Amino acid sequence: MITFMNNSDSEEEPCNERTSLMSAESPPVPSYQDGLRASEAEEAQAHRKRRAGSSRGPNNLAGGEMSGSGVPVRERALENEEEELTLKYGAKHVIMLFVPVTLCMIVVVATIKSVRFYTEKNGQLIYTPFSEDTPSVGQRLLNSVLNTIIMISVIIVMTVFLVLLYKYRCYKFIHGWLILSSLMLLFLFTYIYLGEVLKTYNVAMDYPTLFIVIWNFGAVGMICIHWKGPLQLQQAYLIMISALMALVFIKYLPEWSAWVILGAISIYDLMAVLCPKGPLRMLVETAQERNEPIFPALIYSSAMMWTVGMAKPDTAARGPSQQTWDAAEDGREHLRSPSHAESQMSEARSPVPTRPITSLEELEEEERGVKLGLGDFIFYSVLVGKAAATASGDWNTTLACFVAILIGLCLTLLLLAVFKKALPALPISITFGLIFYFSTDNLVRPFMDTLASHQLYI
Amino acid sequence: MGAAVFFGCAAIAFGPAAALVLLTVAAEPLRVIVLVAGAFFWLLSLLAASLLWFVSVQLSGREDAALLLLGAAAAVLLQELCRFACFKLLKKADEGLATLSEDGRSPISLRQMAYVSGLSFGIISGVFSVINILADSAGPGTVGIHGDSPYYFITSAFLTMALVLLHTFWGVIFFDACERRRAGGLGLVVGGHLLTSGLTFLNPWYEASLGPILILTLCTGLWAFSIAGGSFRNVLKCLSCKQEPEGRVMLYSALQVPLEE
Repeated sequence: MITFMNNSDSEEEPCNERTSLMSAESPPVPSYQDGLRASEAEEAQAHRKRRAGSSRGPNNLAGGEMSGSGVPVRERALENEEEELTLKYGAKHVIMLFVPVTLCMIVVVATIKSVRFYTEKNGQLIYTPFSEDTPSVGQRLLNSVLNTIIMISVIIVMTVFLVLLYKYRCYKFIHGWLILSSLMLLFLFTYIYLGEVLKTYNVAMDYPTLFIVIWNFGAVGMICIHWKGPLQLQQAYLIMISALMALVFIKYLPEWSAWVILGAISIYDLMAVLCPKGPLRMLVETAQERNEPIFPALIYSSAMMWTVGMAKPDTAARGPSQQTWDAAEDGREHLRSPSHAESQMSEARSPVPTRPITSLEELEEEERGVKLGLGDFIFYSVLVGKAAATASGDWNTTLACFVAILIGLCLTLLLLAVFKKALPALPISITFGLIFYFSTDNLVRPFMDTLASHQLYI
Repeated sequence: MGAAVFFGCAAIAFGPAAALVLLTVAAEPLRVIVLVAGAFFWLLSLLAASLLWFVSVQLSGREDAALLLLGAAAAVLLQELCRFACFKLLKKADEGLATLSEDGRSPISLRQMAYVSGLSFGIISGVFSVINILADSAGPGTVGIHGDSPYYFITSAFLTMALVLLHTFWGVIFFDACERRRAGGLGLVVGGHLLTSGLTFLNPWYEASLGPILILTLCTGLWAFSIAGGSFRNVLKCLSCKQEPEGRVMLYSALQVPLEE
């Protein structure tokens, strides 16, 4: 899910970020001395979190899904100017998403290419019970389709469960769920990853050192993600946990199932976000009615620069509605984040000293940010990682998928700017990625190999 | 073989491209987007060419040099076609950006887009040609053990470098020719590309292939430089780092009249 941050508005909120590609939502600023725009609390943010279970063992990770809704913005007198500014900044936001997506993919591909563990077949998740070691092609195809159906149903069930939890205001349950899942990622999966990397490079490490390293990594990660921390550290942690999750998927999803699941997830994303009765949409509407944000954690936030735009000295004051939300988002939606969510995200950033606002333009130019759901990171990386793992040692396929995903992301953001409503982030990228994977692996690779063997260049 | 060859050949092949990207493209978001878009278009052309070659191989039932020659020629023509498609798209984007901007001028000029798209074609083309070779060069092995040339890696690296630069220059020339509707420029770009690809068929006779390709790169570079508005005087001015006094007229009315006692 890609979300864009709005201007936050109430006087207590120290952080203001602007919607990037969506039309502006903040009301006109009365005067520059007041600093901030009027409060705008209608935006809700939808996130969906997705987690897969661990390799064997009980499913202690629950995929959670939460989504918030973007609320259509208030009309503004300065809307046109807003639009110009937002479009001017559109390119910058595309780059702000390119960089983390690229980093995540680089981590995944580097791991896949060097650490043997993640390409070895060692069992399957309980979500994909049908094995693909069957003699006939038809049987294998059938098994992979069945695996996909099971996986998607699990995801749907969890989403609906989360929607129900949210509808009946069981916030504590959701928080606990999310904390549990990030605990698992940050400690268990990191331990496994570190162990495998050390094994690959034949580096000896004693248990006390390992304990200290993992403990520090995990504890700082929990704090950064669920509470406060420097923005870049939080971004780094989010990228790392997305990469870890993607590696788990790459390892434990059987080959054909993985591709069918990728396709099915994009279709599901499309439907869940755009259909009127889709779970995400319902979640969004519920959040809209209640005028509150939905769990903003586990959304990658790439705020450029945020200033405390207030003349008031006490910028750290927070409204009572802001709690430390846990959680994830893995949404496939473009939604505008609510002001609360923004301030919550801002909690994770290091405080910036107050600056006197000198002009409206200066304020507008400095506060923009984009958010992208971690599920999108995960599935993009799964696609590229699978391409790296299974394309017979070929780098061309990996690179082609990488370019395809970036172009899909670019097009999605463009569509967002055009349609100005919630759109899923997965379908276009995954479609391009799948097309390029299969065509590059089967058509381009033999051609380029033949050319390279004669040292021919085209 | 080994890390030395890998890093050396990678630096030779992609050094200029990396420098150009870091110095001119990386800082501007729009240019990065144009870079990725150009790479996408090149990939489309490669896909089409591979499909053509694959189908022809399947139909004829055997794989021989003539089909490869045809495949390579088709690849070149399709690349130029995709370059033209890229031009059309970027021209439209340029007009769109111009209308959307505050002062009616697009934040990126068509010339810059020509350069960046040429560079992107070059980078993706070079990467696709050489990345598997580089990956193999990092591992163990003996080059040319079956009687092929032992200079495979280094010549590949130089050819890739030349190709990257050639694509950059062709991008500039092509877009300029399309803009001014000069068929001559187009023809020369396509012809130059076909010539380059054809010369590589002379490998491993590197004097005949690598030498002329490098000379062609230089000439194309000079041509692109002059098309982009460069000249010998510009180079001298840039090298001498002289600050030319700008002919700015100071408005005396802007000066404040001293207060009269």
